[in-house]
Amino acid sequence: MTVMNMIEALNSAHDVMMGRDPDIVVMGEDVGYFGGVFRVTAGLQKKYGKTRAFDTPIAEGGIAGTAIGMAAYGLKPVVEMQFADYIYPAFDQIVSEAGRMRYRTAGEWTLPMVFRSPYGGGIFGGQTHSQSPEALFAHVCGIKTVIPSNPYDAKGLLIAAIEDPDPVIFFEPKRIYNGPFDGFHERPVTPWAKHPAAEVPEGYYTVPLGKAAVAREGNDVTILAYGTMVHVALATAEEQGIDAEVIDLRTIVPVDIDTIEASVKKTGRCVIIHEATRTGGFGAELAALVQERCFYHLEAPVQRVTGYDTPYPHSLEWTYFPGPTRLGIALKKALED
Amino acid sequence: MAKTPTTKSGAGDAPAAQQISNRERPAEPQRYEASKEEMLEYYRQMLLIRRFEEKAGQLYGLGLIGGFCHLYIGQEAVAVGLQSALDSKTDSVITGYRDHGHMLAYGIDPNVIMAELTGRAAGISKGKGGSMHMFSVEHKFYGGHGIVGAQVSLGTGLAFKHKYSNDGGVCMAYFGDGAANQGQVYESFNMAELWKLPIIYVIENNQYAMGTSVNRASSEDQLYKRGESFRIPGIQVDGMDVLAVRGAAEEALAWVRAGKGPILLELKTYRYRGHSMSDPAKYRSRDEVQAVRDKSDPIEAIKRELEAAGVKADEIKTIDNEIKRIVAESADFAEQSPEPDLSELYTDALVEKY
Repeated sequence: MTVMNMIEALNSAHDVMMGRDPDIVVMGEDVGYFGGVFRVTAGLQKKYGKTRAFDTPIAEGGIAGTAIGMAAYGLKPVVEMQFADYIYPAFDQIVSEAGRMRYRTAGEWTLPMVFRSPYGGGIFGGQTHSQSPEALFAHVCGIKTVIPSNPYDAKGLLIAAIEDPDPVIFFEPKRIYNGPFDGFHERPVTPWAKHPAAEVPEGYYTVPLGKAAVAREGNDVTILAYGTMVHVALATAEEQGIDAEVIDLRTIVPVDIDTIEASVKKTGRCVIIHEATRTGGFGAELAALVQERCFYHLEAPVQRVTGYDTPYPHSLEWTYFPGPTRLGIALKKALED
Repeated sequence: MAKTPTTKSGAGDAPAAQQISNRERPAEPQRYEASKEEMLEYYRQMLLIRRFEEKAGQLYGLGLIGGFCHLYIGQEAVAVGLQSALDSKTDSVITGYRDHGHMLAYGIDPNVIMAELTGRAAGISKGKGGSMHMFSVEHKFYGGHGIVGAQVSLGTGLAFKHKYSNDGGVCMAYFGDGAANQGQVYESFNMAELWKLPIIYVIENNQYAMGTSVNRASSEDQLYKRGESFRIPGIQVDGMDVLAVRGAAEEALAWVRAGKGPILLELKTYRYRGHSMSDPAKYRSRDEVQAVRDKSDPIEAIKRELEAAGVKADEIKTIDNEIKRIVAESADFAEQSPEPDLSELYTDALVEKY
């Protein structure tokens, strides 16, 4: 075991897999020589050479299309989209090619590939460097969507994603690259070193896709979260002394409905939190699933705590960010109703 | 560059590398012969940009500016040389995320730019845009865009409107050497030439797309040629010489205003600082940066021109002090303005509140 932050854990996942499988190539804007905008791919080019870890021009549509062709013909590309906000030029390729290839070739062509992307806010990135577009991808059939919340999961999930025979979108909440951010933005930053999930094996292991984790056990209310919001949920439950069960979804497609169902049936109450905008967000899907499965166990309406339906503002970032205050209000409401 | 005889189109001299028979070419631009007053104004504007950016860097270090902040230091001659040739009443400007300099060069108040950087209500986008997302329709400055290359298509649309309403205006659409590889740039080139739109595409080639040098990302690294297959002529310009830049702007404007369609300028320039505030710039040597500063600094160059034109040292000193005061004031303004009211969160997401 070694203590790693999320960047180091993700870097290690690349390293382990490139060492095991010569078909794995890493590509994207500034990922080779520079080592990635957040240094997730640092050192890979030096170790594995320029044919396996290489820089592309700034051309997301072309990058995605080329990578899909590579995957269709037997390689396993791990593509970095420099920011999730930059992924939209590649959206056409991801939706209409990557997401559909297996289906339209009746399983003949499959695309074992990963699109990784730093995502989410909390670093004053403004509207083009802060977005959380996971619901757009969750809506597209034929691809999986993964969002880790800590170093151990990040490495295990990325290895599982690379080994997965289907295309995977892998969103990395950039606010928690260096430490578990709980939404109390005025408090000092905590590094990962003090967190148990920063104990990461150096070698190969996987965290399976489609399996949620119970991040905190509780009896009174279930909080469904992923990415940065897992830490907000944990801190809020702790500070407000609420006996909440926190479910870290880890993968939103496929979503681990069994774990969700078991928890909500136990607690009878459910609050969903995500950073993305509210309308049509993944929280809406979760709320629908919960009422389908748990309607007669629910003691109160399902609450959603989300980003507002506005672009991510540069200033007012902490108003937009669904932090402990807003989650606390929703929890209280869910418990009192 | 070697000169060859002109083609039958009689467009004047064109460099051999650009010469394709049967096509009219713009003339080789001449270095602009500026008056003393014009040169003083270029000096003033370039110095304003540099001092403003230095101050922004300081405020970032103090935590007053957060997030992403891309400084224009080193590239001042490009925005100043080009935009000094435009008519700010009719001509529109659009650029990418490294946008502070273009705004200052278009006469926008430094106070409201700095206040946007610090995310204050008095900022030009009420603090909600930040460094990369600033606009002023009043000044015909259309941003300020954080998505690499996206503004090139938008600029093409601005040019369409200039032509549609026959307002005599031209759009100047800036992008970097990195953005020059985005597919939508070429879709835009095709439409602009097809419809003969009044647009000057400006590639600010500062040699590095974040950490990737031009020749590591571009199969044709002579970016002024990138329009050739769309029949858009290109001119390569010394972007460190404000008078050469202004000369190229004159030629480009003559071409576009004559209804000949788009033109492409590649400005060879250099950014002294990292790509953004968090870039350690390990992809180039300190010596490389220092050599450019020593040999090609655009502000030092115009200063020498001014001295040669007989401008006295204390006249320059007066400008320096004036700039210092303006920049200090903008920093005070940006620091003292309040943050936007919470009620601003939902304004302007749509016209009506919801």
